[in-house]
Amino acid sequence: MPTSDSRAAGGTRRRRRGPRTWLAALPLLVFTGLCFGIPLGAMAFGAVTRTDPAGGATRLTGEHLARSLQGPYLGSLIGSVQLSALTALVGGVLGVVIAQAVVTSRSKGLRSAALTASGVLANFGGVPLAFAFIATVGISGVVTQLADLADLGWNLYSFTGLTVVYLYFLIPLMVLVIAPALDGLRPQWREAAQSSGATGWQFWRHVGLPVLAPSLLGGFVLLFGTAFAAHATAAALVGGSVPLVTLKIADALSGNVLTGQENVALALGLDMILIAGLVMAVYLPLQRRSARWLR
Amino acid sequence: MAAMTPTTPATPATPATPATPATPATQTTPAAPYAAGSAPDTEAPGRSSSARRPRPGIWRGAVLALAGAYFLVPLLASFVFTVHVPGQGITFEAYTALLSADGFTESLLLSLGLAAATIALSLLLAVPALVAVRIGSPRLRPVVEVMCMLPLVVPPIALVTGITTVLRWGPEHLSRTPLYQTFIAVQNEKFPVVLVFAYTVLALPFVYRSLDAGLRAVDVPTLVEAARSCGASWPYVVLRVLLPNLRASLAGAAFLTLALVLGEFTIASLLGFQPFAVWIVSISGAQARMSVAVSILSLLITWLLLIALSRAGTTPSTTAAAPATTSRKES
Repeated sequence: MPTSDSRAAGGTRRRRRGPRTWLAALPLLVFTGLCFGIPLGAMAFGAVTRTDPAGGATRLTGEHLARSLQGPYLGSLIGSVQLSALTALVGGVLGVVIAQAVVTSRSKGLRSAALTASGVLANFGGVPLAFAFIATVGISGVVTQLADLADLGWNLYSFTGLTVVYLYFLIPLMVLVIAPALDGLRPQWREAAQSSGATGWQFWRHVGLPVLAPSLLGGFVLLFGTAFAAHATAAALVGGSVPLVTLKIADALSGNVLTGQENVALALGLDMILIAGLVMAVYLPLQRRSARWLR
Repeated sequence: MAAMTPTTPATPATPATPATPATPATQTTPAAPYAAGSAPDTEAPGRSSSARRPRPGIWRGAVLALAGAYFLVPLLASFVFTVHVPGQGITFEAYTALLSADGFTESLLLSLGLAAATIALSLLLAVPALVAVRIGSPRLRPVVEVMCMLPLVVPPIALVTGITTVLRWGPEHLSRTPLYQTFIAVQNEKFPVVLVFAYTVLALPFVYRSLDAGLRAVDVPTLVEAARSCGASWPYVVLRVLLPNLRASLAGAAFLTLALVLGEFTIASLLGFQPFAVWIVSISGAQARMSVAVSILSLLITWLLLIALSRAGTTPSTTAAAPATTSRKES
């Protein structure tokens, strides 16, 4: 059918093309609607309603959301936000420094090796990472015993420990995100700055950083989101000793706490999405403003 | 770049793709060689270059050495942990006992099967949609982008709370309808289709980003019009013209999906299935050494896959693919 149509005059072709191509995108939209929209809708619905077990009547309630913002649940939300913000900040800065070192190096081999390694390590989150760190700096880990870390007060199963572990996949992620942007800093700009007598610091302050700002912010948000959503690493590593919202949700879902907590888990899930959305909302205007520079 | 500008302010999910601001950057300087970053040092006027040259060298060396140590020590220490038993010396038992370990083969095969199904499904959904958006329905672009990027905002654990809620509808509300059988079927222990669906949702942002970068690097409308005016059929255009140009980004998308599925723990464990990552945790209590050994192996396997796939895509990495393709198009 397409052959005869598209051979026709340009006007008709353009008009007919619309609906046909629209159909090609339909499966994706239907799929995300079903497999993403329905679970999310169910979660949001369950978070704000309460079904009477006897009568089966469902009514609106803010009880679950209120309970998710109290006591240990609130503590876990705060713990997650603190851990994510800290790791995203540290990981972002270190990632930029490493990416700059890699990008400015003249060795092509180092560059491709570093980017490949970053690609692998950024995906090395989760369970295997937790076990690698347990074997390295856990209680009977190799480095712990070699360097007597335990005597220095080191504890892997703590907030600090988790930070060190999270950075292992966040830094490579930042390198991956920021390396293309650092490549985009044109050498001519630096030459122009230098020939107008600018120092290196002035170049970064007035040219480099403003141009990189959207990518830096994007990287920070991505890192924050990744750290905030991370569950497997923490689950395999600390169990319950560090209050994290993902661990609390998993506990509530698997019924490790009082029954009837499932809806609080849904409310906590909603809280997480709201926080992630809030980060986006802060980031959006900033990004739009600074995106002008990269045009 | 100009093509994407109108969508940027309109879509809330755009910021979730840090690659979006980043990729145009590579594109605006398609001809910039990779050594360009170091060029100012060598090309700048003599006075500043001679004063400056030694400092970045030391700075760079220190940074790379520290980074190397941080990233290598856990890997080396894990390996030592698996082969060195205090009091007994060196033994490779943790590795040799692996194949006969309970559940190792089953969980690995399950994970690989899930990965294959997820890659197939996500590419089948995303490739036509993205190509369509490029060719004929630019107005759909924000919709597709938001749909693909939203899963980044939603943590897997929040998604799984929703999935368990939906799955509970099966026995509670639908037990007398034919839908109930579907609910049972997707939760088959042997091959939980529900995991494929969930993983496809999780993989969409990565698949989208990889394909979008690939599509941006080729001038799709021109390619398609050229092929069409030479009399090529639509299937021919997609299979022989577009897909070969997207090889690198298809390989990248497939790899990221594979890595994601092989390592996925949260959804599978909370829904009660036992693919690879869940299995590792389940043996860690009794066999710590073996669980670390498997962790190292899974890293090695991922690494090999990445190298193999990037070879298949002819360019070392997806980031390098964009400029390379651009320059080829221009020449």
